[in-house]
Amino acid sequence: MSLYLSIAIIALIFIVIFQIAKASEYVSVLKGEEVSRKQNNKINGALMIVFMVLGFVGIYVCNEYLFSKTLLAQEAASIQGEKVDQMIWVTLIITGIVFVITQVLLFWFAYKYQENDNRKVFFFAHSTKLELIWTAIPAITLTVLVVFGLRNWFFFTGEPPKNAMVVEVTGKQFGWIFRYPGKDAVFGKKYYKNIDPAVNSVGIVWDDKLAQDDILTEQTMYVVKGTPVKLIIGSRDVIHDVGLSHFRLKMDAVPGIPTTMWFTPKFTTKEMKEKTGNPNFAYEISCDQMCGNGHYSMKGIVEVVTQEEYDMWMAKQKAQYLVAFPEKDPSNVPAAATAKTTDSTAKTAVAKM
Amino acid sequence: MSNEAAIIEDVHVHGAAHHEAHGHDDHGHHEHHDTFLTKYVFSQDHKMIAKQFLITGMVWAVLGGLMSVLFRLQLGYPDASFPWLESLLGKWAKGGQITPEAYYALVTTHGTVLVFFVLTAGLSGTFANFLIPLQIGARDMASPFMNMLSYWFFFVASIIMLSSMFVETGPFSGGWTAYPPLSALGDASPGSKTGMDLWIIAMALFIVSSLLGGLNYIATILNMRTKGMSMTRLPLTIWALFFTAVLGVLSFPVLLSGMILLIFDRNFGTSFYLSDIFVNGVGALPNEGGSAILYQHLFWFLGHPEVYIILLPAMGMVSEIMSVSSRKPIFGYMAMLGSLFAIAALAFLVWAHHMFVTGLNPFLGSVFVLLTLLIAVPSAIKVFNWLTTLWRGNIRFTPGM
Repeated sequence: MSLYLSIAIIALIFIVIFQIAKASEYVSVLKGEEVSRKQNNKINGALMIVFMVLGFVGIYVCNEYLFSKTLLAQEAASIQGEKVDQMIWVTLIITGIVFVITQVLLFWFAYKYQENDNRKVFFFAHSTKLELIWTAIPAITLTVLVVFGLRNWFFFTGEPPKNAMVVEVTGKQFGWIFRYPGKDAVFGKKYYKNIDPAVNSVGIVWDDKLAQDDILTEQTMYVVKGTPVKLIIGSRDVIHDVGLSHFRLKMDAVPGIPTTMWFTPKFTTKEMKEKTGNPNFAYEISCDQMCGNGHYSMKGIVEVVTQEEYDMWMAKQKAQYLVAFPEKDPSNVPAAATAKTTDSTAKTAVAKM
Repeated sequence: MSNEAAIIEDVHVHGAAHHEAHGHDDHGHHEHHDTFLTKYVFSQDHKMIAKQFLITGMVWAVLGGLMSVLFRLQLGYPDASFPWLESLLGKWAKGGQITPEAYYALVTTHGTVLVFFVLTAGLSGTFANFLIPLQIGARDMASPFMNMLSYWFFFVASIIMLSSMFVETGPFSGGWTAYPPLSALGDASPGSKTGMDLWIIAMALFIVSSLLGGLNYIATILNMRTKGMSMTRLPLTIWALFFTAVLGVLSFPVLLSGMILLIFDRNFGTSFYLSDIFVNGVGALPNEGGSAILYQHLFWFLGHPEVYIILLPAMGMVSEIMSVSSRKPIFGYMAMLGSLFAIAALAFLVWAHHMFVTGLNPFLGSVFVLLTLLIAVPSAIKVFNWLTTLWRGNIRFTPGM
């Protein structure tokens, strides 16, 4: 209802403006063209100042009401994110200063130098000195931003520290699959033609000994607070994107071309729940690249936990090899007689993932 | 007189100079044999073609704008139900809510239409056609016939793009950038079936149109200036339109080549963009060794100059309008010209800043960071020069101002 009302109000406003414009046109015909042109010029000049003031008030009001809804209002949850925020603030401040100066000059000049019969225009077509000044100032400012930006760029895209844990992330329509390397800390080979959505969602090559302890999970990725995490990102079908807005990072998942990204989480999910006062808080992995009709629903969760919690969780995980071939599970061998029940537990384990 | 002769006559006689000499009241003049068809429809007069571009552009602007109203309504009130949407969109808005596929289709078509059909054809097509011959003192374009073709290719592209909205599987819905594999695989998204074929055909025809137009603008500006109109006396608007045309002519063919590879991947089983793909419900595809990133390079090699194809005409016109309305010559004509040139040249060297998160080589990325920020310097010069143009002027607030 309120929508129809607001549409009606907008329509009414348009009609009113149209009628006022029409009326003022008739008035100007009565007054004579030159007189009314000069009068209009004065009104327009004054409006310049009004627009400027309204514009700045608008910026302030929007900032006041909407800032808390932006990401910047919330502390970045990774060490990289801190640097991103820092960079955004520096850029915003520098460009903000330039914005205010140029806008004020624009509107002030428009008002101050509106047509006046008594003033003669100052002929000023060229000044090398001035032009050099305002080539040099932006160049110097940009150098600062470039140096600052590039230092961070090489930090983000560089190699992670030695103690980093590695997780392989695979996007698919429409969800995320995570692979942990298991005890040997090395991923086994994979080949996309081996993909079987039921038990081998990333196409692990089972013959590879290194692959036999790899662990697969879906939708939720566990990482440790304070430990750098390196993600090896890929995709099974179309291009997806691992968007980690709380950590201020993202990276595309491209089929056939692995990409990498690393970050160091600063707070556990529990700590963030307290910080934000939101008991349902979860670090979200949103797909940031249009990937088909289910794109809006393609979400994953990053669970940041302490080292003990992580070890406990890891101890409960079963290598995917044993899920795919339950008969090879050593824990199943002594209980061969009760093979049926272990089989069903294996199935529930898959379902849980 | 036969029809053919009338057309030939039209080419020779029907020019800007002719119009100016006789004014508007020469309709009864014996030299004029314009039928409705040759005057308003298949016109070769640059001013009429400009109006055709303007009107088509405006129709698209309204259509594209309404699309954004629809999907923003859904975005703003995700839980609300609008029964009138269902009567308007049928199965695309079951229960008064826009379905995800219709939402993405609207976003995609809105983006394509506004970027290419409104801001490229509508803007360059209108102002370049209208202003170039008038401001350089030429009778008409270098090739009025090509100019007419340029509009009609655009018109056919428009019709095909519009018709893609009405196919059973829906229009293309993978975003205006149309990244493969999503745009290459009909099995990955229903919008990538017939809708995508029509999208590619429409874009290919649009590129032809913009090339015909661009070549014409360049040829006209270089060869048909009146006596005394040296290149450094050209109005900045014309310079801006010139650089716009150069950008278009150099970058649109790259997009076309990208689209052709896409057609091959879609229809003939090649693997330019496809590798290691397993589609849900279909299984593993045979394609190996392609690179989905290749398309992005080809696309953004147009895509970034496209930003300046949109921006430069506006910059040129602002320069002219500001200097005329404040009764002063533009401040620093040569600096303005130099910065236009710098922007146009740098426009070709920054495309990969749209691809920072595609796993680009970090060193390559750093080069693009540098070049991208460099482009702010000429832009800043332009802004400061505009401000100085206003300074101590005598400003008339005309509608253009």
